[in-house]
Amino acid sequence: MNTHSSTRNTKIMNRFDLSSRLVAKLKNDEAVVGGIGNTNFDLWAAGHRPQNFYMLGSMGLAFPIALGVALAQPKRKVFALEGDGSLLMQLGCLSTIATSAPKNLVMVVMDNGVYQITGSQPTPAATVADIVAIAIASGLSNSVWAADEEDFERLLDQSLTASGPMLIGVRIDDKPGTGQTRRDPVQIRERFMVGLGVRQPL
Amino acid sequence: MAVAEAQTKAHSPGDTTWHGVVLQTLKRNDIKLVPYVPDRVLTPLIKSLHADPYFTTFATAREEEAVGIVSGAWMGGTRGAVLMQTSGFATLANVLASLAMPYQIPLIMFVSERGTLGEFNYGQSLVCRTMRPVLDSLAMEHHTATRLDEFEFIVDRSIKQAITTQAPVALILSPLLTGGKVLDK
Repeated sequence: MNTHSSTRNTKIMNRFDLSSRLVAKLKNDEAVVGGIGNTNFDLWAAGHRPQNFYMLGSMGLAFPIALGVALAQPKRKVFALEGDGSLLMQLGCLSTIATSAPKNLVMVVMDNGVYQITGSQPTPAATVADIVAIAIASGLSNSVWAADEEDFERLLDQSLTASGPMLIGVRIDDKPGTGQTRRDPVQIRERFMVGLGVRQPL
Repeated sequence: MAVAEAQTKAHSPGDTTWHGVVLQTLKRNDIKLVPYVPDRVLTPLIKSLHADPYFTTFATAREEEAVGIVSGAWMGGTRGAVLMQTSGFATLANVLASLAMPYQIPLIMFVSERGTLGEFNYGQSLVCRTMRPVLDSLAMEHHTATRLDEFEFIVDRSIKQAITTQAPVALILSPLLTGGKVLDK
């Protein structure tokens, strides 16, 4: 559970529901990078698409990987989904992204304040830090909390036409992911490259 | 750096420098994206990359962040390489074993070697000893470049092999090549 949720004007939502809402909005082969664990399990459960990339390790690298995709394909919108615990591993990347300022990168932080997958231990940030405030202070001025599901969808619509990087924070519950990604890294990578038009299948 | 550059020039034919070789060989192999965590020895290379509009080059906060960026870029169709120091390489075991190797990503790394041949910081010399065992434990291709006359061959062939075999490679830049960093008196 998000231990400081009562002090904030943001609804506690659900990761799978939000991932499904995001995927439903993607009409132009947008790329989506899912961080490790529950974040990519729910992306997978929302319906596999060839433009999805699922991480199976390297905790904290969803945003840097997505930045690389965004730099390589500036005309394609790139979404990255990351957990709050993962992002805490790699806060420096927020400044790298702010300096690089890709127009086509949208970051979503799924914040439940816990390491759900390891037994729901609270993160060191859970009761003291505000991820969106950290992002703003890191130079990502277009960073906001989604108040509820409708607001999340409105922010996604906004992000599709944004002229700079955008970060959306969402408070989520402590439910585990829905299902599990098929752990086949070579196939995940190859299908992603096919989905991005970089390769043709054999 | 002054020492490093002087030594490089001392055994360089004409205008050829180790950093000139890296820049030209990256270009010839269509490698455009070069994120780095800086190092004193790498400074002339970093400067010349910034000065050349062909390259997209910038500092990252951590080496693994740079590895994530070039991995994403490669999947998106843009080739990259990462520059770092020995101590930066020592932070990478997790990302090499969980991203670059299992996903078969041709990660190209240039590692400026600290910790040997005149090191003055004991911590650097210890961390240096972890580098090759980590590379060997993952059966990753790596070469230590010591001579300018072999350097272009090593860099060019290693880049081509990484890309065609979809496997990472580490090119370790020995103080014998770069002059290294020595204690200023």
